[in-house]
Amino acid sequence: MNQTVSTPAPAAKVSLLRVLGPAHVWALGVGIVLVGEFTGWNFSADKGGALAALIVCWVIGLLYTSVAMIDSEVTSTVAAAGGQYAQAKHIVGPLMAFNVALYLVFAYTMLEVSDAILVGDLFVSRAGEAELTRHGFVVFTIVLLGWLNYRGVLMTLNVNFVITALAYLSILILFFSVQPWSQGTVLKLGQLVTPDNALPYGWIGVIAAFQFGIWYYLGIEGTTQAAEEVRSPARSLPFGTMAGMITLLIAAAMTWYVCASLLPWEYLGFTFFPLADAAKVTGSPALEFLLFWGTVLSAVASANGCINDAARAWFSLGRDRYLPTWFSAVHPKYRTPYRSILFLLPIALAFAFIADLNQAITFSILSGVLQYTFMSINIMMFRKKWPLGSIRRGYTHPFHPLPAIVLFLLCAITFFAIFLGFGSQLTAMVVFYLVVSLWFHFYRYKYVRRGDQFSMPWPKPQGY
Amino acid sequence: MAKYSPPEQPKGMQIFDIVFLIVAIFAALWLPLRAGWAGASKSIDAIANPTWESLKQSPAMVEQWVKLGYADAASAHNIIQNKFHYSIDWLELIVMAAVVIGYFVFVFRASDKEYRDVIDEKFNGK
Repeated sequence: MNQTVSTPAPAAKVSLLRVLGPAHVWALGVGIVLVGEFTGWNFSADKGGALAALIVCWVIGLLYTSVAMIDSEVTSTVAAAGGQYAQAKHIVGPLMAFNVALYLVFAYTMLEVSDAILVGDLFVSRAGEAELTRHGFVVFTIVLLGWLNYRGVLMTLNVNFVITALAYLSILILFFSVQPWSQGTVLKLGQLVTPDNALPYGWIGVIAAFQFGIWYYLGIEGTTQAAEEVRSPARSLPFGTMAGMITLLIAAAMTWYVCASLLPWEYLGFTFFPLADAAKVTGSPALEFLLFWGTVLSAVASANGCINDAARAWFSLGRDRYLPTWFSAVHPKYRTPYRSILFLLPIALAFAFIADLNQAITFSILSGVLQYTFMSINIMMFRKKWPLGSIRRGYTHPFHPLPAIVLFLLCAITFFAIFLGFGSQLTAMVVFYLVVSLWFHFYRYKYVRRGDQFSMPWPKPQGY
Repeated sequence: MAKYSPPEQPKGMQIFDIVFLIVAIFAALWLPLRAGWAGASKSIDAIANPTWESLKQSPAMVEQWVKLGYADAASAHNIIQNKFHYSIDWLELIVMAAVVIGYFVFVFRASDKEYRDVIDEKFNGK
């Protein structure tokens, strides 16, 4: 190894605040994801039909249950800001950690972009003015939430808790208002989803639908980003993540049932606002009003959580010198990673102007699937390097290695699903990650302090 | 083993690194949009003088279309007939698989090499 003399980087004087509990972890995870019930998941009906959307709801639910189980074990043991990034740093190595942080930043920033576009499109469609564009709403949403994140994490996640609960409540009210126990009264599932149109593309359509099935749950793993700001990570993170996953599985099932029972499948795959449109066809102005605001609140909560998570991943990269240390500054008064928040804002704004909704969603999904692929391999390496009993784990997930194998196989199928219709985008994105990996390994790594990358009080990993 | 002390990065190079990353991010996200690679590969299977029957819409479906503001079959035609045409281009699939697998193999192997530096220094080579 090269030995060079240098001036050490100044040590961080101000740290993040430990102020969050399990409810905030739940709000962070569900808040980011719940917008997926209000838009995005329905593009799986476009790729495979209404029944395909239901099949992937459950199968991708299995993928995310595996993610939540694996994540809870590793995060309750590696409780540090950056979540999966900190995990990769301790278990796989610096280059993988660099990539994982970029997956997080891309997945969350593009999700934030999708949310802001959704808010803009909603207000434009509601106003019904031909000359009105979404741009003003998009800028207002991103800048306002950026400011909120700049001011403090506790206030940010308290806001998220309230608006996420309100958005979830709107789904519950819609579900019970359409008398789900009585098909034919309001709902017409048997007449809208028939043997002739349930799977219009056959089983290849079901596979293709995996891509947007991810959107039902994408971002639940973001709970781990708060690891350094949670009062009791070993308890709060698994509890908040698992509770969030159960909440989302219930919401996804209710959403599919109501939407598939009220909207023709072609329209379901086309619209940007499936729940709001489902409310519209009930003929109830109150439900229409409620689901309009439910969609807005879910998008705002998601964008809010995404800014929080993306900034913490970027902050961690700066703190470890994977990126210039300038990004690692913590605000002296608000104790937030304010430079990272401010740096990512214009990037989100730029893409909100040049991408459309399903393109932004696809960018986000691509980074998410790359991350889940890493997680399936990461847990195998974690158990191999530190077998059970060798270190203290806050939570140990059952049935290992089954969740890891299921996760890996479902990721492989999802890559194929993305290939069906969005293959060029996937290849371009992976080429990007390859180029920046070469940049890091052969150039940037020389600025990284080796021993500092391993901060956990663990014994030496087996095999090293 | 001796502790590795990284070189101090000059401010100009820090700015260069930030610019490189911004350019790379925009190239990865903007170029596919600009080149038309992004977005779904769909096309409209046009039907001349469409009716609800020719668009295979049942009376219950028609009722919902009307509630959504699509009063006749012609107004819903482009939504209903805009379809995916799934076909597997084996060469493209092989290239994609090679890129994804090659990427992961490189990242895990190079990470392992770096990780050994980290572990050696952390545990003093013991």
